[in-house]
Amino acid sequence: MRLTGAQIVWEMLRREGVEVAFGIPGGAIMHTYHPRSEYGVRHVLVRHEQGAAHAADGYARASGRVGVAIATSGPGATNLVTGIATAMMDSSPIVCITGQVSTSLLGSDAFQETDITGITIPITKHNYLVTDVADLAEVIHEAFYIARHGRPGPVLIDLPKDVQQAATEFVPPADEVRLPGEAHTAGPDLTEVIRRAARLMDESSRPVILAGHGVLMAGAEEVLLTFAERVSAPVAVTLLGKGGFPASHPLYLGMMGMHGDAAANRAIQEADLLIALGMRFDDRVTGDLDRYAPRARKVHVDLDAAELNKLVPVDVPIQGDVRRVLEALVPLVNAVEQREWLSRIEQWRDEARAVDIVHRAPDDRLTVPHVINAVWETTAGEAIVVTDVGQHQMWAAQYYRTDRPNAFITSGGLGTMGFGLPAAIGAQIARPDAEVWAIVGDGGLQMTVQELATVVQEGLPVKIALCDNGYLGMVRQWQEMFYDKRYEATRLVNPDFIKLAEAYGIRAWRVDDPEGAVQAVAEARRHPGPALIDFHVVEEGEYGNVYPMVPAGAALHEMIHRPLPTAGGKR
Amino acid sequence: MNRTLIARVEDKPGVLARVASLFRRRAFNIESLTVGHTETPGISRMTIVVDSTRTDAEKVAQHLYKLVNVIRVEDISDQPAVMRDLALIKVRTPDPRTRSELMQLVDTFRARVVDVGLESLIVEATGTEEKIDGLVEVLRPFGILEMVRTGRVAMVRGNNGVKQGGNG
Repeated sequence: MRLTGAQIVWEMLRREGVEVAFGIPGGAIMHTYHPRSEYGVRHVLVRHEQGAAHAADGYARASGRVGVAIATSGPGATNLVTGIATAMMDSSPIVCITGQVSTSLLGSDAFQETDITGITIPITKHNYLVTDVADLAEVIHEAFYIARHGRPGPVLIDLPKDVQQAATEFVPPADEVRLPGEAHTAGPDLTEVIRRAARLMDESSRPVILAGHGVLMAGAEEVLLTFAERVSAPVAVTLLGKGGFPASHPLYLGMMGMHGDAAANRAIQEADLLIALGMRFDDRVTGDLDRYAPRARKVHVDLDAAELNKLVPVDVPIQGDVRRVLEALVPLVNAVEQREWLSRIEQWRDEARAVDIVHRAPDDRLTVPHVINAVWETTAGEAIVVTDVGQHQMWAAQYYRTDRPNAFITSGGLGTMGFGLPAAIGAQIARPDAEVWAIVGDGGLQMTVQELATVVQEGLPVKIALCDNGYLGMVRQWQEMFYDKRYEATRLVNPDFIKLAEAYGIRAWRVDDPEGAVQAVAEARRHPGPALIDFHVVEEGEYGNVYPMVPAGAALHEMIHRPLPTAGGKR
Repeated sequence: MNRTLIARVEDKPGVLARVASLFRRRAFNIESLTVGHTETPGISRMTIVVDSTRTDAEKVAQHLYKLVNVIRVEDISDQPAVMRDLALIKVRTPDPRTRSELMQLVDTFRARVVDVGLESLIVEATGTEEKIDGLVEVLRPFGILEMVRTGRVAMVRGNNGVKQGGNG
């Protein structure tokens, strides 16, 4: 069967099980677009290539499959870069296909030529510039394998125009992919290190389990539950680890780190043993490294050998898949009950509850925790929540408690504003029957707001909770706390978001008070199509800042708590 | 202290750029990096010398393995190995009388004169970096016009060589 490069792209995407690709055509990729409809792969036309990469990423995180983004050469390709870097930092499997000028013009500064393989070397797992159509099928097969294999991540394939046009005899690649280095990166026998980890576990009286994204990627939720219950160890999660352990479980500590739950951070600082699973001790998680968990011995399980002993020296580094390691560990540890330890933690939890905004007597002021709580209660914690980046993201992490994996999607490592809306589009397409809520801020939404058109064009019932405080809120919070309240370049003069949404054909509501929040969420849910709620929330002060907060350079236990309520403070 | 890593990599376009990009991004301190063909077509060999006071050689190896084109990495620092640096040194010799003196020195270092010009000659030296450093020191008073050094290449002695690795 003779196929052109363009046909091979779709033939291979279909063979890799791809149902949808996100992208925008252009001069150097339109030849590839041409035969698409003959291959039954859906295409979602976004409004900016960054949206394509984020949508592919959101699709991948919600489905556990590889997301696909397509762009043209030059600016189309460079517009993908932020999305690729986001996927790289959060180990999200996406394959990006970019058009390129013809091979005869490569290196000549031709119209819309850019060295996208050079540009993306540090932000992809691997990339390819295909110069011979005979290599194309193999390259695509290998790219999908690399994207999802081991520690997942983005792969980019750059496809010159003449390679898309050239025809070759199509030979389906062999299923098995063997990468050059693989034979030598298989870790050593883990029996002994797992035995050592079990010994430390049995000697511990104040253990804490740290569950990261690796738990979800390994599908280790069940064995983690078994393990935690057996050893009576509380579980703190990273931002990307949310859903790896049920939030409704008594052993759930909540999120750790800069805006983590107070009980989680205190438990880590008091622990005598940390079992870190598929997480990488990011600086937002550890606070001051020198004073991080000073009393704890540490076991660290990660698939990526380069993460072990990278920042935190550990007693037992274990390079392996979290699920397999836990399955081996469970039968080796003694079943115990840590009554004393757990009752101390319960005390810390009670103290935190006492200063929690949503448990305080309601007044007429609307805060983001109220908003998230309203979404959480109304959806019974069953929605897929996709956030943008900033204050609302931290509050969503704190207040949208989920028991299910892959239902909280957020840009963790790169902290990419503008991620929320396009990633929610990807998530909704991956899970058409699920209720998807994009929780975003007014700053971040405006970075990719044009994707509202994509929502409408694709008929997606995405619900958007816009936490609108008229500021770049997280920066403003730092300015309030550490920069003399000088709100330099953070005040936003916003459009009328109701009119904006309606201009796109999206139903919209405005809400100013906690009671209205619950109602609006219910109404938006009843509305069958896309919906946006513009929540006007408290701008600053104790109700406008995210707490607890571990300031830069402080240790986890030095977190700042929400100040006690002041009398009368109305907006 | 230095440590010597041998990396066998696929001989494909862009592999050196990937390795260099990795070292820059992770701020690895590299003393030298050489790359050349091996006994196997399609496979290149890099000798990487790491300043281990500032950079953990094991981390370098772990990160190299994350590059798809890297086949095998070995730290040979603790094995008996032949380590060599090659230098070409152009020395000023305007005065014919100094030439014989220079030739003697070159002989002592088991180096060779490979080009003779009117007012200069080129010395070729192979050896450990220390030996070449020593030669450079004694040549310096004559006036070194130009110098190029390859950086370290290394091979483990005996039969315990660097494993072939790869699919080939």
